[in-house]
Amino acid sequence: MKNILGRKVGMTSVFTEDGRYVPVTVIEAGPCTVVERRTKEKHGYEAVALAFGDVRKAGVTRALAGHYKKNGVEPKRYVREFRTGIDGVEAGTTVTVEAFSPGDRVDVVGISKGHGFSGGIKRHNFSGGGASHGSMIHRQPASNGDTNAGRTVKGSRRPGHFGVDRTTHQNLEVIRADAERNLLLLRGPVPGPKNGLVIVKSTVKPNRAPAEAK
Amino acid sequence: MNVIDLLNKEQQKDAVPDFRAGDTVKVYSKVLEGGKERIQMFEGVVTVRKGGSANESVTVRRVAHGVGVEKTFLIHSPRVERIELSKRGSVRRSRLYYLTEKIGKAARIKEKKAAR
Repeated sequence: MKNILGRKVGMTSVFTEDGRYVPVTVIEAGPCTVVERRTKEKHGYEAVALAFGDVRKAGVTRALAGHYKKNGVEPKRYVREFRTGIDGVEAGTTVTVEAFSPGDRVDVVGISKGHGFSGGIKRHNFSGGGASHGSMIHRQPASNGDTNAGRTVKGSRRPGHFGVDRTTHQNLEVIRADAERNLLLLRGPVPGPKNGLVIVKSTVKPNRAPAEAK
Repeated sequence: MNVIDLLNKEQQKDAVPDFRAGDTVKVYSKVLEGGKERIQMFEGVVTVRKGGSANESVTVRRVAHGVGVEKTFLIHSPRVERIELSKRGSVRRSRLYYLTEKIGKAARIKEKKAAR
Protein backbone atom coordinates (compact mmCIF):
# COMPACT_ATOMS: atom_id res chain seq x y z
CA MET A 1 0.00 0.00 0.00
CA LYS A 2 1.28 3.41 -0.99
CA ASN A 3 -0.24 6.86 -0.79
CA ILE A 4 0.51 10.19 -2.38
CA LEU A 5 -1.18 13.55 -2.87
CA GLY A 6 -1.24 15.35 -6.18
CA ARG A 7 -2.72 17.94 -8.47
CA LYS A 8 -4.70 17.00 -11.55
CA VAL A 9 -3.00 18.59 -14.55
CA GLY A 10 -5.25 17.38 -17.38
CA MET A 11 -5.69 14.62 -19.89
CA THR A 12 -3.89 13.48 -23.02
CA SER A 13 -2.91 10.21 -24.69
CA VAL A 14 0.42 8.44 -24.69
CA PHE A 15 2.02 5.55 -26.52
CA THR A 16 3.08 2.70 -24.26
CA GLU A 17 6.08 0.51 -24.88
CA ASP A 18 3.93 -2.30 -26.23
CA GLY A 19 2.50 0.08 -28.83
CA ARG A 20 -0.88 0.84 -27.28
CA TYR A 21 -2.17 4.40 -27.47
CA VAL A 22 -3.92 4.98 -24.18
CA PRO A 23 -5.86 7.91 -22.73
CA VAL A 24 -4.21 9.17 -19.56
CA THR A 25 -4.76 11.68 -16.82
CA VAL A 26 -1.61 13.54 -15.86
CA ILE A 27 -1.17 14.11 -12.16
CA GLU A 28 1.55 16.21 -10.62
CA ALA A 29 2.07 14.01 -7.58
CA GLY A 30 4.30 14.93 -4.70
CA PRO A 31 6.84 15.34 -3.44
CA CYS A 32 4.84 14.95 -0.25
CA THR A 33 6.41 15.52 3.10
CA VAL A 34 5.39 13.39 6.04
CA VAL A 35 4.25 15.91 8.59
CA GLU A 36 3.35 13.58 11.39
CA ARG A 37 3.26 9.95 12.39
CA ARG A 38 0.17 9.40 14.49
CA THR A 39 0.46 6.54 16.94
CA LYS A 40 -1.86 4.39 18.95
CA GLU A 41 -0.23 5.44 22.22
CA LYS A 42 -0.40 9.15 21.69
CA HIS A 43 -3.37 9.72 19.39
CA GLY A 44 -5.45 6.57 19.74
CA TYR A 45 -4.93 5.41 16.15
CA GLU A 46 -2.21 4.75 13.62
CA ALA A 47 -1.83 7.09 10.67
CA VAL A 48 0.53 9.24 8.67
CA ALA A 49 -0.14 12.82 7.63
CA LEU A 50 1.12 13.73 4.15
CA ALA A 51 1.44 17.33 2.98
CA PHE A 52 1.54 18.67 -0.55
CA GLY A 53 1.52 21.94 -2.46
CA ASP A 54 3.17 25.30 -2.08
CA VAL A 55 1.80 27.82 0.35
CA ARG A 56 2.54 31.46 1.08
CA LYS A 57 4.59 31.84 4.24
CA ALA A 58 2.29 34.64 5.42
CA GLY A 59 -0.72 32.33 5.20
CA VAL A 60 0.65 29.96 7.81
CA THR A 61 -0.39 30.74 11.36
CA ARG A 62 2.19 30.48 14.09
CA ALA A 63 0.40 27.52 15.59
CA LEU A 64 0.49 25.66 12.30
CA ALA A 65 4.08 26.65 11.67
CA GLY A 66 4.97 25.14 15.00
CA HIS A 67 3.21 21.91 14.12
CA TYR A 68 5.26 21.61 10.93
CA LYS A 69 8.46 22.62 12.69
CA LYS A 70 8.11 19.82 15.20
CA ASN A 71 9.16 17.32 12.55
CA GLY A 72 11.32 19.74 10.60
CA VAL A 73 9.22 20.02 7.44
CA GLU A 74 8.18 23.00 5.36
CA PRO A 75 4.56 24.20 5.59
CA LYS A 76 2.36 22.98 2.74
CA ARG A 77 -1.07 23.74 1.38
CA TYR A 78 -2.82 20.43 1.86
CA VAL A 79 -2.50 17.87 4.62
CA ARG A 80 -4.27 14.52 4.50
CA GLU A 81 -4.06 11.55 6.83
CA PHE A 82 -3.76 7.96 5.70
CA ARG A 83 -4.47 4.99 7.91
CA THR A 84 -3.29 2.28 5.55
CA GLY A 85 0.01 1.80 3.80
CA ILE A 86 1.91 3.46 6.60
CA ASP A 87 4.57 0.87 7.37
CA GLY A 88 8.03 2.35 7.21
CA VAL A 89 6.80 5.87 6.56
CA GLU A 90 8.63 8.10 9.03
CA ALA A 91 7.85 11.68 9.95
CA GLY A 92 10.14 14.18 8.29
CA THR A 93 10.73 12.03 5.20
CA THR A 94 9.45 12.63 1.69
CA VAL A 95 7.18 10.53 -0.51
CA THR A 96 7.67 10.85 -4.28
CA VAL A 97 6.17 9.25 -7.36
CA GLU A 98 9.06 6.79 -7.29
CA ALA A 99 6.86 4.81 -4.90
CA PHE A 100 4.73 3.89 -7.92
CA SER A 101 5.73 1.99 -11.01
CA PRO A 102 3.98 1.23 -14.31
CA GLY A 103 1.44 -1.55 -14.03
CA ASP A 104 0.44 -0.71 -10.45
CA ARG A 105 -3.26 -0.40 -9.76
CA VAL A 106 -4.43 2.61 -7.80
CA ASP A 107 -7.59 4.24 -6.47
CA VAL A 108 -7.94 7.98 -6.95
CA VAL A 109 -10.00 10.22 -4.70
CA GLY A 110 -11.02 13.66 -5.86
CA ILE A 111 -13.72 16.26 -5.42
CA SER A 112 -15.94 15.93 -8.49
CA LYS A 113 -16.64 18.90 -10.75
CA GLY A 114 -19.52 21.10 -9.63
CA HIS A 115 -22.63 21.08 -11.84
CA GLY A 116 -24.77 23.40 -9.73
CA PHE A 117 -28.49 22.73 -9.35
CA SER A 118 -29.13 20.04 -11.96
CA GLY A 119 -32.20 18.22 -13.20
CA GLY A 120 -32.88 14.50 -13.17
CA ILE A 121 -31.50 13.91 -16.65
CA LYS A 122 -28.02 15.20 -15.89
CA ARG A 123 -27.95 14.16 -12.27
CA HIS A 124 -29.52 10.70 -12.30
CA ASN A 125 -29.44 9.71 -15.98
CA PHE A 126 -33.24 9.95 -16.36
CA SER A 127 -34.53 9.45 -19.90
CA GLY A 128 -36.68 12.55 -20.20
CA GLY A 129 -39.85 12.96 -22.18
CA GLY A 130 -40.56 13.55 -25.85
CA ALA A 131 -39.37 16.72 -27.46
CA SER A 132 -42.43 17.34 -29.63
CA HIS A 133 -45.80 15.89 -30.75
CA GLY A 134 -47.55 17.70 -27.92
CA SER A 135 -45.42 16.15 -25.22
CA MET A 136 -45.41 18.55 -22.34
CA ILE A 137 -42.85 16.60 -20.34
CA HIS A 138 -39.51 17.56 -21.82
CA ARG A 139 -36.81 17.32 -19.20
CA GLN A 140 -39.10 16.99 -16.21
CA PRO A 141 -38.75 14.11 -13.75
CA ALA A 142 -42.39 13.08 -14.46
CA SER A 143 -43.78 10.65 -11.89
CA ASN A 144 -42.62 11.03 -8.33
CA GLY A 145 -43.77 7.61 -7.22
CA ASP A 146 -46.61 5.72 -5.61
CA THR A 147 -49.69 7.88 -4.86
CA ASN A 148 -50.94 5.30 -2.39
CA ALA A 149 -48.03 6.00 -0.13
CA GLY A 150 -49.34 9.52 0.29
CA ARG A 151 -45.85 10.82 0.78
CA THR A 152 -42.57 11.04 -1.04
CA VAL A 153 -40.31 8.10 -0.35
CA LYS A 154 -37.06 9.12 1.29
CA GLY A 155 -34.05 9.02 -0.98
CA SER A 156 -35.97 9.36 -4.24
CA ARG A 157 -33.91 10.81 -7.02
CA ARG A 158 -34.80 14.42 -7.60
CA PRO A 159 -33.22 17.48 -9.17
CA GLY A 160 -30.80 19.18 -6.84
CA HIS A 161 -27.21 20.07 -6.23
CA PHE A 162 -24.90 17.89 -8.31
CA GLY A 163 -21.14 17.51 -8.07
CA VAL A 164 -18.55 18.69 -5.56
CA ASP A 165 -18.70 15.30 -3.88
CA ARG A 166 -15.80 13.22 -2.68
CA THR A 167 -15.54 10.64 -5.42
CA THR A 168 -13.29 7.61 -5.73
CA HIS A 169 -12.33 6.02 -9.03
CA GLN A 170 -11.01 2.55 -8.36
CA ASN A 171 -8.48 0.30 -10.02
CA LEU A 172 -6.75 2.69 -12.42
CA GLU A 173 -3.59 1.50 -14.12
CA VAL A 174 -0.37 3.43 -13.66
CA ILE A 175 1.02 3.97 -17.16
CA ARG A 176 4.09 5.96 -16.25
CA ALA A 177 5.75 7.46 -13.19
CA ASP A 178 8.09 10.29 -14.05
CA ALA A 179 10.32 10.94 -11.05
CA GLU A 180 12.14 13.82 -12.73
CA ARG A 181 9.04 15.96 -13.14
CA ASN A 182 6.97 14.37 -10.38
CA LEU A 183 4.35 13.20 -12.85
CA LEU A 184 2.03 10.25 -12.56
CA LEU A 185 0.17 9.10 -15.67
CA LEU A 186 -2.96 7.07 -14.95
CA ARG A 187 -5.11 5.35 -17.52
CA GLY A 188 -8.51 6.97 -17.92
CA PRO A 189 -10.28 9.84 -16.23
CA VAL A 190 -9.96 10.98 -12.64
CA PRO A 191 -12.61 12.85 -10.63
CA GLY A 192 -12.32 16.60 -10.19
CA PRO A 193 -11.42 19.73 -12.10
CA LYS A 194 -7.96 20.62 -13.40
CA ASN A 195 -5.69 21.83 -10.61
CA GLY A 196 -7.91 19.97 -8.13
CA LEU A 197 -6.38 18.00 -5.29
CA VAL A 198 -6.34 14.24 -5.82
CA ILE A 199 -5.38 11.47 -3.44
CA VAL A 200 -3.71 8.47 -5.06
CA LYS A 201 -3.40 5.20 -3.16
CA SER A 202 -2.89 1.54 -3.93
CA THR A 203 -6.17 -0.03 -4.92
CA VAL A 204 -8.37 -1.90 -2.48
CA LYS A 205 -9.56 -4.10 -5.35
CA PRO A 206 -8.18 -7.64 -5.46
CA ASN A 207 -5.47 -7.79 -8.09
CA ARG A 208 -6.67 -10.16 -10.75
CA ALA A 209 -3.73 -9.56 -13.07
CA PRO A 210 -1.10 -12.32 -12.99
CA ALA A 211 1.54 -11.51 -10.41
CA GLU A 212 4.93 -10.65 -11.84
CA ALA A 213 7.75 -13.04 -11.13
CA LYS A 214 9.92 -11.62 -8.42
CA MET B 1 5.10 25.31 -21.94
CA ASN B 2 2.59 23.38 -19.92
CA VAL B 3 3.07 19.77 -18.98
CA ILE B 4 0.45 18.35 -21.33
CA ASP B 5 1.94 20.08 -24.38
CA LEU B 6 5.36 18.93 -23.31
CA LEU B 7 4.25 15.31 -23.05
CA ASN B 8 2.64 15.51 -26.48
CA LYS B 9 5.74 17.04 -27.99
CA GLU B 10 8.02 14.37 -26.57
CA GLN B 11 6.07 11.67 -28.32
CA GLN B 12 6.25 13.21 -31.73
CA LYS B 13 8.72 11.94 -34.29
CA ASP B 14 11.38 14.34 -35.53
CA ALA B 15 11.17 13.49 -39.18
CA VAL B 16 7.77 13.04 -40.74
CA PRO B 17 7.79 13.61 -44.48
CA ASP B 18 5.67 16.40 -45.85
CA PHE B 19 2.65 14.79 -47.50
CA ARG B 20 -1.03 15.51 -47.87
CA ALA B 21 -4.22 13.98 -49.21
CA GLY B 22 -3.84 12.72 -52.76
CA ASP B 23 -0.20 11.78 -52.36
CA THR B 24 0.88 8.17 -52.61
CA VAL B 25 2.89 6.96 -49.63
CA LYS B 26 4.52 3.82 -48.32
CA VAL B 27 3.87 3.13 -44.65
CA TYR B 28 6.21 0.69 -42.94
CA SER B 29 4.60 -0.64 -39.79
CA LYS B 30 5.58 -3.31 -37.33
CA VAL B 31 3.26 -6.30 -37.17
CA LEU B 32 3.30 -9.18 -34.75
CA GLU B 33 3.04 -12.48 -36.56
CA GLY B 34 3.37 -15.87 -34.87
CA GLY B 35 5.18 -14.34 -31.92
CA LYS B 36 7.66 -12.61 -34.20
CA GLU B 37 7.81 -9.00 -35.17
CA ARG B 38 8.36 -7.97 -38.75
CA ILE B 39 7.90 -4.87 -40.82
CA GLN B 40 5.03 -4.67 -43.26
CA MET B 41 4.75 -2.15 -46.04
CA PHE B 42 1.44 -0.69 -47.09
CA GLU B 43 1.36 1.55 -50.13
CA GLY B 44 -1.58 3.62 -51.24
CA VAL B 45 -3.22 6.98 -51.64
CA VAL B 46 -3.58 9.24 -48.63
CA THR B 47 -7.27 9.97 -48.30
CA VAL B 48 -7.27 11.65 -44.91
CA ARG B 49 -4.59 13.25 -42.80
CA LYS B 50 -6.01 14.62 -39.61
CA GLY B 51 -5.38 15.40 -35.98
CA GLY B 52 -2.56 17.40 -34.57
CA SER B 53 0.31 16.99 -32.20
CA ALA B 54 0.96 13.37 -31.18
CA ASN B 55 -2.56 12.42 -32.15
CA GLU B 56 -2.01 12.90 -35.89
CA SER B 57 -3.24 10.08 -38.10
CA VAL B 58 -3.24 9.16 -41.75
CA THR B 59 -5.68 7.00 -43.71
CA VAL B 60 -4.17 5.20 -46.68
CA ARG B 61 -6.28 3.57 -49.39
CA ARG B 62 -5.36 1.00 -51.98
CA VAL B 63 -7.17 -1.54 -54.08
CA ALA B 64 -5.84 -5.01 -53.35
CA HIS B 65 -7.11 -7.95 -55.40
CA GLY B 66 -10.08 -5.90 -56.52
CA VAL B 67 -11.05 -5.01 -52.97
CA GLY B 68 -10.65 -1.50 -51.61
CA VAL B 69 -8.60 -1.49 -48.41
CA GLU B 70 -8.23 1.48 -46.11
CA LYS B 71 -5.83 1.50 -43.20
CA THR B 72 -5.47 4.18 -40.59
CA PHE B 73 -2.12 4.73 -38.90
CA LEU B 74 -1.15 6.96 -36.02
CA ILE B 75 1.75 8.83 -37.55
CA HIS B 76 3.69 9.17 -34.31
CA SER B 77 3.07 5.63 -33.09
CA PRO B 78 6.23 3.66 -32.32
CA ARG B 79 4.66 0.81 -34.30
CA VAL B 80 4.86 2.87 -37.45
CA GLU B 81 8.49 2.49 -38.48
CA ARG B 82 8.59 5.15 -41.17
CA ILE B 83 6.57 6.78 -43.91
CA GLU B 84 7.93 7.37 -47.42
CA LEU B 85 6.48 9.64 -50.02
CA SER B 86 6.39 8.00 -53.44
CA LYS B 87 4.22 10.29 -55.57
CA ARG B 88 2.62 13.68 -55.34
CA GLY B 89 -1.01 13.86 -56.32
CA SER B 90 -2.98 16.81 -57.57
CA VAL B 91 -6.26 17.11 -55.68
CA ARG B 92 -8.51 19.97 -54.64
CA ARG B 93 -9.81 18.55 -51.39
CA SER B 94 -8.15 17.73 -48.05
CA ARG B 95 -10.29 14.66 -47.38
CA LEU B 96 -10.78 12.32 -50.30
CA TYR B 97 -13.89 10.54 -49.07
CA TYR B 98 -15.25 10.49 -52.62
CA LEU B 99 -12.62 7.94 -53.64
CA THR B 100 -14.52 5.18 -51.84
CA GLU B 101 -17.33 5.40 -54.36
CA LYS B 102 -15.12 5.54 -57.43
CA ILE B 103 -13.65 2.52 -59.14
CA GLY B 104 -11.20 2.01 -61.95
CA LYS B 105 -10.40 5.01 -64.08
CA ALA B 106 -12.53 7.38 -62.03
CA ALA B 107 -10.46 6.64 -58.94
CA ARG B 108 -7.22 7.83 -60.48
CA ILE B 109 -5.45 10.87 -59.18
CA LYS B 110 -3.38 13.09 -61.45
CA GLU B 111 0.25 13.31 -60.55
CA LYS B 112 1.61 16.64 -59.60
CA LYS B 113 4.79 17.42 -61.49
CA ALA B 114 5.79 20.93 -60.54
CA ALA B 115 7.54 21.74 -57.31
CA ARG B 116 5.16 22.80 -54.61
